[in-house]
Amino acid sequence: MNTPAFPRLSRRRFVTGASAGLALAGLGLSLTSPKAQAKALPPVLSGNQFDLSIGYLPVNFTGADRSATAVNGSVPAPILRWKEGERVTLRVTNHLAHDSSIHWHGMILPSNMDGVPGLSFRGIAPGETYEYQFEVNQNGTYWYHSHSGWQEQTGLYGAIVIEPKDPDPVAYDRDYVVLLSDWTDEDPGDVYAKLKKMSHYYNFQERTVADLWRDIKEKGVARTWNERQMWNAMRMKQSDIADVTGYTYTFLMNGETPDSGWTGVFKRGEKVRLRFINGAAMTLFDIRIPGLKMTVVASDGQNIEPVSVDEFRIGVAETYDVVVEPSGDQAYTVFAQSMDRSGYARGTLTPDPSLTAEIPDMDYRPLLSHGDMGMAAMAGMDHGGSAAGHGNHSQHAASGGDHSGHNMGGMHHSMTGMDHGKHSMKGMDHRRHGMHASSVSDKPGPAGFGSRAEIHHAPSEFGPQVDMRAEAPQSGLHDPGVGLRDHAQRYGRKVLRYGDIRNLYPTLDRRDPEREIQIHLTGNMARYMWSLDGIRFADAEPIRLTYGERVRITLVNDTMMTHPIHLHGLWSELETGDPAAIPRKHTLLVQPGTKISYLVTADALGRWAYHCHLMYHMPGMMREVRVEQGGRGV
Amino acid sequence: MKHFYRYVVLPALLLWATQVYAGGNDDPFLVMGKVDQLELRQTEGDDPVAFEGQLWAGHDLNKLWLKVDSERVDGDYEELELQALYSRAVTPFWNLQVGARRDIKPEPDRNWAVLTLQGLAPYQFEVEASLFVGESGRTALRLVSEYEMLLTQRLILSPEVELNVYGHNDPDTGVGSGLADVQAGLRLRYEMRREFAPYIGLNWQKRYGNSADLAAAEGDDIEDLQFVVGLRMWF
Ligand SMILES: [Cu+2]
Repeated sequence: MNTPAFPRLSRRRFVTGASAGLALAGLGLSLTSPKAQAKALPPVLSGNQFDLSIGYLPVNFTGADRSATAVNGSVPAPILRWKEGERVTLRVTNHLAHDSSIHWHGMILPSNMDGVPGLSFRGIAPGETYEYQFEVNQNGTYWYHSHSGWQEQTGLYGAIVIEPKDPDPVAYDRDYVVLLSDWTDEDPGDVYAKLKKMSHYYNFQERTVADLWRDIKEKGVARTWNERQMWNAMRMKQSDIADVTGYTYTFLMNGETPDSGWTGVFKRGEKVRLRFINGAAMTLFDIRIPGLKMTVVASDGQNIEPVSVDEFRIGVAETYDVVVEPSGDQAYTVFAQSMDRSGYARGTLTPDPSLTAEIPDMDYRPLLSHGDMGMAAMAGMDHGGSAAGHGNHSQHAASGGDHSGHNMGGMHHSMTGMDHGKHSMKGMDHRRHGMHASSVSDKPGPAGFGSRAEIHHAPSEFGPQVDMRAEAPQSGLHDPGVGLRDHAQRYGRKVLRYGDIRNLYPTLDRRDPEREIQIHLTGNMARYMWSLDGIRFADAEPIRLTYGERVRITLVNDTMMTHPIHLHGLWSELETGDPAAIPRKHTLLVQPGTKISYLVTADALGRWAYHCHLMYHMPGMMREVRVEQGGRGV
Repeated sequence: MKHFYRYVVLPALLLWATQVYAGGNDDPFLVMGKVDQLELRQTEGDDPVAFEGQLWAGHDLNKLWLKVDSERVDGDYEELELQALYSRAVTPFWNLQVGARRDIKPEPDRNWAVLTLQGLAPYQFEVEASLFVGESGRTALRLVSEYEMLLTQRLILSPEVELNVYGHNDPDTGVGSGLADVQAGLRLRYEMRREFAPYIGLNWQKRYGNSADLAAAEGDDIEDLQFVVGLRMWF
């Protein structure tokens, strides 16, 4: 067992000579705080040689004894601290009764080190050790998790922090990993089976007769009928925000339940860098720290031009680094509410472990809007509906607010369109004629601006496995997302949008894409089936890329869920409208009924996994991406 | 019945399942048993116990279904109907089911071939429409529809209607041609868990046309309104 030199909670403190012991003392204080914490934070391992041991760990997050999947006896798994430019060796031993694996999420490495059973290697059999070894050629915040079975849901996830080779462009005095996750006492296999048998099993936020009555009183029968008509006709539910909810989940921050809460200590005047990682199986979180502005400095490990926000959404598997400058005499709550508001994870940033801050109420429960079905024309109708409902700040105005928010997204879209006349013309064409059966024939548009291709629903999308198709998907770049759309008007919060993200460094590969691949995220919610282009992973051919080529992938979300889509081994360069500063991501949120485009340089040979990172979508909503040496015609 | 499931049906299902799909863990083999109604119906005479349930096993798009519909009075079956069906998803919300139905009670027993369209209609109505073809050219149609109204997240009011139409008279089993009977129910359940919900409700039945005449000749009620108490469960 390779033990770390010492835990390093704060790089800057170390650099400036403050002893690691001080950092430990801080930790010790929080451990003996009045709200006695159940367990220590995950240990920090640093260096370039690691022995990781996967095994069972008895845990008790809810009052019930359960068995978790742990690394070195810790849930979350230890924080790994690497240095850019070093070669790391990780010997991973599996002490489980089943095959296991570890995937280094967001790391650019040889495909046999990527840790996906069936694609990268055979997996790690019980009792076996697999030696991962690769060069670390990037820096920032990443994470690792099992890619076998449901082990990630049961605890096998941990943070990776890579110290840059060059001076860090981000100034901070101390940093903390803030790893979010969702814990269930249920067997994840049972969760999946329940969803298949009754897809709304975990949704206890459905619209009731009382809601209907309130709508009728506020809006009248005719408008209520009109607003609900399409949902009922399509057999869709506006309240379908999360598949698995706080009904079974306990949301954790660094492994701490909301009751105990994680505690991060700072000293007066310090700039604190928080490395948010969403290691949850199924939960998208909306994060804010009441009383503090957050300066977002990195996304998916990559430095971005700093953006100051009050709130941001973190999709499953995404990472965001933010810098906060708390005043020295006050505690703050780090508040991460689930997207459907069925629960939250929380922590405290405090100068003194005995100080705590108020825990805010969760925001209103969002409802889906017509725009989330990918229907541009309907979004227009919503607008009228929302204007009247808007002055009303009851729970129900929420839906109105959503609608108008969506249209703001739409407006932004058409404004972007104006910058590139062609796009908006295309868009209008789509709406007029509908968009069936026209294949992608145009030469792809220039890098940075996204797709101008027709939306084409493949024949494989028509069948019992797909319950809807977005007919006029809009760009989701300037839409904060379901449940966040009216936070600016309602609460005065600035919410991060993908369109706000610019890479800190100039785009490396300036080539325009040679071709475009359009992939549709598809599913049948009622049958709980998930697929790409209507084809599940088990029946699908790999997506083939030629080594060295630059390609655009356009994802069209034909479902009403927000899916975090993760491409292994290659960067996903999000086209936000500025070709010079394209942000590089490893996981992208695709909002319901929208499309999003990114560029991929196929610079790593091998077989890579490409999938939705929602654990119970992944088995079906997955592809192999195979990067091969040339010779294949486009 | 239990033995029939355990020793005949389940092994057959398992065998069938492993043959059809190998691997592909997005679509595991699942078994779901559901008791839609297990209820005591209050009448003037002996209170019947009604049981309506189903067991399915299979994958996302292909399943085997067993359906049971029965009514017992004083421990004896007055009505016992079994169906075994192969169910295949044909559209996002509809399944086509084919198979056999056997009416064990009332006697003499009757056998039917079954074709059912089962699924979710627009406006969230659960619908089951069946065509039955029996021996000696007997035919029957059945339409069942159910709706759920959420009074709260756990308190659910559920109206249900069932219609039975027959092509021929079958005096031995008490059915006449044409619209034979209508059953309407209104049940209010409380989901203590999703899988376990006690309920109370009303069940109304009426016989029509030739069936009503046959019932009258037997001295049976033509119309009946019953108060019911029951349990809805699934696993
Ligand atoms: Cu998904």
